[in-house]
Amino acid sequence: MSPVDRSRLPSPAPEAVFAFPFATKRQLDNGLGLWTVERRGLPVASVVLLLPVGAALDPDDKPGLAAMTADMLDEGSGDRSAIEIQESLARIGAGLDTEVGPDALILSLTLLERFVPEGLRLLADITVRPRMDEADFDRVRTLRMNRLRQLRDVPGVNAELVFLHSLYGTRPYGHLPIGSSSSLARLQASDVVEFHQSAYNPARATLIGVGAIAPDAFAREVDRAFGSWRGPVGPAPRGPAVQDIAVRGTVPEAGAAARLQIVDRPGAAQTELRIGHVAVARKTADFHALVLLNAVLGGHFMSRINLNLREDKGYTYGARSAFDFRRMAGPFLVQTSVQTSATGDAVQQVLNELAAIRGARPAGGDELQLSMSTLTKGYARNFETTGQVARGLAQLALHDLPDETFAEFCPRVRGLNAGEVTGAALAHLRPDAAVVVAVGDRDRIQGDLDSLGLGRAIVTTADL
Amino acid sequence: MHGSGQYTLKQHQVPTPTLDIPFRKHVLDNGLQVVIHADRSCPIVAVNVWYHVGSKNEVPGRTGFAHLFEHLMFEGSAHYDKSYFEPLQQAGGTLNGSTNTDRTNYWDVVPVNAVELALWMESDRMGFLLPALTGQKFANQRDVVLNERRQNYENRPYGMATLAMTEALFPAGHPYHWSTIGSPDDLKAATVDDVRAFFQRYYHPANASLAIAGDVDADAALDLVTAYFGEIPAGDLPEAIPAAPRRATPSRRVIEDRVELPRLYLGWLSPAMYADGDAELDLLADVLSGGKASRLYRSLVYERRLATEVAAFQNSSELGSSLQVIATAVPGVSLDKIEGAIHDELAAVTTEELTTDELARAMALTESAFVSRLQTVGGFGGKSDQLNHYNVFLGDPGFFGRDLDRYRQADAGRIRQAAAACLQRADCVTLSVVPTGQRRLAAPDSEPVVVA
Repeated sequence: MSPVDRSRLPSPAPEAVFAFPFATKRQLDNGLGLWTVERRGLPVASVVLLLPVGAALDPDDKPGLAAMTADMLDEGSGDRSAIEIQESLARIGAGLDTEVGPDALILSLTLLERFVPEGLRLLADITVRPRMDEADFDRVRTLRMNRLRQLRDVPGVNAELVFLHSLYGTRPYGHLPIGSSSSLARLQASDVVEFHQSAYNPARATLIGVGAIAPDAFAREVDRAFGSWRGPVGPAPRGPAVQDIAVRGTVPEAGAAARLQIVDRPGAAQTELRIGHVAVARKTADFHALVLLNAVLGGHFMSRINLNLREDKGYTYGARSAFDFRRMAGPFLVQTSVQTSATGDAVQQVLNELAAIRGARPAGGDELQLSMSTLTKGYARNFETTGQVARGLAQLALHDLPDETFAEFCPRVRGLNAGEVTGAALAHLRPDAAVVVAVGDRDRIQGDLDSLGLGRAIVTTADL
Repeated sequence: MHGSGQYTLKQHQVPTPTLDIPFRKHVLDNGLQVVIHADRSCPIVAVNVWYHVGSKNEVPGRTGFAHLFEHLMFEGSAHYDKSYFEPLQQAGGTLNGSTNTDRTNYWDVVPVNAVELALWMESDRMGFLLPALTGQKFANQRDVVLNERRQNYENRPYGMATLAMTEALFPAGHPYHWSTIGSPDDLKAATVDDVRAFFQRYYHPANASLAIAGDVDADAALDLVTAYFGEIPAGDLPEAIPAAPRRATPSRRVIEDRVELPRLYLGWLSPAMYADGDAELDLLADVLSGGKASRLYRSLVYERRLATEVAAFQNSSELGSSLQVIATAVPGVSLDKIEGAIHDELAAVTTEELTTDELARAMALTESAFVSRLQTVGGFGGKSDQLNHYNVFLGDPGFFGRDLDRYRQADAGRIRQAAAACLQRADCVTLSVVPTGQRRLAAPDSEPVVVA
């Protein structure tokens, strides 16, 4: 065999074609959407139930209600106690994953093929007929309040909450799904029961099955398990209108929100940082330009912010940015944890990067090409497992996105030019309005932060 | 008992699908072991390289070095002296690596058209890393690692407890005594010369295993591997490291941390990975704390409300394992009381057999986890990583099915025996983590220690 050529990297062969998953869609008589993708291979299936009942629906005086309700689902159902439900799940090897985000509740199970019917029955019991007994409510609430006490010592959680609160106030995205100790203390079992009755609605829910399933038989099992689910009689809880949020917080009112906030953590080994502002909703027309912009800026290892703070300065183990795309205008944020002595310069470097990509150093050339490739050439990797496909489809359902969304992603990103990326930066990145939250040793960081020209820092605490 | 229980118990008797992963294994002349598994369901390929070196190969004064070295493997090699992320991302790939006590792994997942690129790069850093090494790269990555330590241990609630338990369980003199992240002083004392010596000793084909899984033709892939890796000279296999002792020296320690709720750690040394008793204790850990119907959750969290959370796990490692139980106290509940409650539950599993239903549940969860892991070819824990795991530790990449059989054969009697051999209260290593300044909240008779 001849020696290999190490004088240059081998150039890749032509790209392979990948068929993106398309779901077969139907609807039960009660309005429950049913999406299926049959995929044979391993005897495994993933089942995801999406309900658009996230923390954004929490009433102003009851942050934490949506998450508390979700937590009560598997704490007893019908004639089965909490423990009996858990035993039933374990018998079929199913770990129920309950995830409450700002916009939605996602319940997911990954099951061996032979346990799918039983998994569906359990999922229906949990979702439709939770007991929500007073005694279980008290126990679960106490656990969550103790969890909140522990979260007070987690720097990232403090930073996240102060950041979101300063961007949104309370609604819809100004609190963490778990709520606060004071709000949980006010909750009553009846709140949870009412929220479940009024918000959990089959006509707004989508059940997604992916993997070793026969779609027709699966649909019959779903109908058997979920067919008797009836929607609420009264009015559903109303979230704020999408438009309201898109406007609100676009530019913080003068003097209203301090741009620089410190949560004191004496002796902290690092400073946890969040830097950003309210940005846009998922359904913004320039979504793909924003994804590409973020990739250049802070979306992957070779992005500007990570190369600057980690690979050049060694300030941190890693730094990244994200447009957190939600149903309403979500935040744009940079997050990192830096060594204490570098706090002031790290913030300055991040703000410089946000400003530079809007004009002085616009995205372009090889750098733009690298981010484009990073996003598109490995895109098929996101659809390898049944769980990935099911969760991807849940995003389509949550945001009412068309079936072609995945298939169109790569061509849309590749079709962008540098001007469109800079345009997206000019439209949606606002370094002059960015809020900076620093959780760290105040005595050692406040001086540097105060001298950044962002106004004097206010020292605050997170309401956990 | 409800209908579903009978239903699933019956289902448990149904023969489960075979978990054999077809593969081809070949050893190059320079000793590199190569394992190739074709899976054409997605147009991607995982390239996964294990070096049989970890923090167990470090020496006192240079702890944390194997992991620091791992970082340098991404910073360029002789024929591509820039960040490894750039060309692989340009091709649509993703990559990462990790270091533990026993091994260091590096993986790339690339679109099918970029397999050759991944092999080019993996072979270049296996064969030609040192010409690209500079003092500047070294200093930068040492800063990054010191920040990794601050982020994941020093600035994280209970983060230092893992390090304190490692020190308490394994005796000074055994390399499991220190954690993979190492001590800041040792990291600062390391030099570029250390990097050179470490590379020459541990990073060569005879101490490595390469697995490829994904949309490939095995013959073509093996030709490429032979071309790219065949020219790298063989090295000597490193010396074997002695096994860890079978029992720990019991101790009772306390550390203070910036936490609200005191937490108790109990630990025992336990059978090494794949030794008799290892699978049994892994299953037992599931019965003790896997899900809300488990024994410890049910007793400590659900019924008696002593703890806010509880976890038990068998941490399987090559030279000896540890079984640990961790519980966080409900405000106002003493760690003393929690300690007693945990030992009561453990005494029960050392003297009485688990119920059939408990065991069936643990087995169902285990089987489900085994099959789910096989859904992905790459990354941490994907098929390529598993093939290398079995190949490096057992010399048999095809161990999937027999690994699951270890669990299937672990009946209630064997689990009780393994529990009785391991979980004696007299052998227990106990650590309390208490809020700063509140040492009185520790379990009784605990001695204060400071973790570097």
